Amino acid sequence: MIKVNNLHKCFGALEVLKGIDASISKGEVVCVIGPSGSGKSTFLRCLNLLEEPTKGEIFLDGISITDHKKDIDKLRQKAGMVFQQFNLFPNLTVIENIMLAPRKVLRMSEADARKRAEDLLTRVNLSEKADQYPNRLSGGQKQRVAIARALAMNPQVMLFDEPTSALDPEMVGEVLEVMKDLAKSGMTMVVVTHEMGFAREVADRVFYMDEGVIYEEGTPEQIFRNPQKTRTREFLSKVL
Amino acid sequence: MDGYNEFVKEFANKIFQALIKDDRFTYLVKGLRMSIGITLAAAFLGIFLGLLVAICKLRGKGVLAALANGYITIIRGTPTVVQLTVIYFVILSHSGLPDFVVATIAFAINSGAYVAEIIRAGITAVDRGQMEAGRSLGLSYSHTMRYIIIPQALKNVLPALGNEFIVLLKETSVAGYIGTQDLNKGGLQVASITYDFMVPALCAAYLYLMLTTSMASGLNRLERRMHRSD
Repeated sequence: MIKVNNLHKCFGALEVLKGIDASISKGEVVCVIGPSGSGKSTFLRCLNLLEEPTKGEIFLDGISITDHKKDIDKLRQKAGMVFQQFNLFPNLTVIENIMLAPRKVLRMSEADARKRAEDLLTRVNLSEKADQYPNRLSGGQKQRVAIARALAMNPQVMLFDEPTSALDPEMVGEVLEVMKDLAKSGMTMVVVTHEMGFAREVADRVFYMDEGVIYEEGTPEQIFRNPQKTRTREFLSKVL
Repeated sequence: MDGYNEFVKEFANKIFQALIKDDRFTYLVKGLRMSIGITLAAAFLGIFLGLLVAICKLRGKGVLAALANGYITIIRGTPTVVQLTVIYFVILSHSGLPDFVVATIAFAINSGAYVAEIIRAGITAVDRGQMEAGRSLGLSYSHTMRYIIIPQALKNVLPALGNEFIVLLKETSVAGYIGTQDLNKGGLQVASITYDFMVPALCAAYLYLMLTTSMASGLNRLERRMHRSD
């Protein structure tokens, strides 16, 4: 589903990603952990070209997205993105937030888009908030709407950029619950997270990133129980 | 007391001369209509021009951005009445367009530069996560601009835009310079008949004030309505 070859990303003189190779198959849930500044978010943002890679190749569903920047709007439809800061559109109601892209990009009819949005809102348990503006919602509700909004485009992979880091602790659970359901439904997911419990329980594989590379990877069992490398061990001893 | 009576009599006569005799108030009414018409049309065109220029400037490099910058520099750096003169007597001198059309074009070009800077500031103030969220959904740059960024930007800058349109209305009072029969010109025409400036000038001032204050309160209402989503 996703294949990354020798991905580099520089911001000016600062090299944030120093050669990442990864391969993620369909239906797999990958959690990316690691200290801040290790390049986790940059890696994720490169996967739908929110950051343009300096070097390297990314294949999404067999198509090189680094070679097809002209078709980027089309390619981005395959990868839904959920942000730390939710980034709901404050000028639109909840249901309009979800309907906008299906209407404008997929050119769905008003009725079809509404139907899809309503189904998704039911799925994230927020049907009663359809006509509210985002500013009336709690953080957890906002993030669930953001997930529904990304799902409305029927993406083949969902990218999560620290989806619970901006939430009050009591709201983390409701968002993780939605993500677990999504994982169970067979969605391919790449999740940058600090929620080690979630990574351990839901991930098929865990990437430990440090200093711009995937420093160690393995099943949650391998990474959390039996990390092979020093820095992985040090990091986990601090966060667990 | 005699002096007071004299004064009242003279004042009443001035009002009669300026407004009532030969229906002279129609100069002011026609002028008022012209001023409102020019302002509305120029504001409307100015918004579109301003949006276009703001986006050209924001997209950064190249000819378009340079043109946008040059335009803003020239308009903001020269007096409105000079711009009007140049457009009427130089650029459009052989166009055969009626003076009020030329005035509208000139004020739209003038207003567009100020509106561009206001809108640019508004767009810059919208969180960049909004653009990223739009693009990540597969929306194009222009769709994201149109449905997400610009509505938020306009809401942010509504007070500044309103101010600009109030300024624009007042600026249109120089339209008489190219012969347009605007409100100020209407007052001047009455004065040229009666040789008295007091009544027509004060009437014109009063009408301008009524217009600007009602624009201000209309904007307040609009602002409150647009803040529903907060």
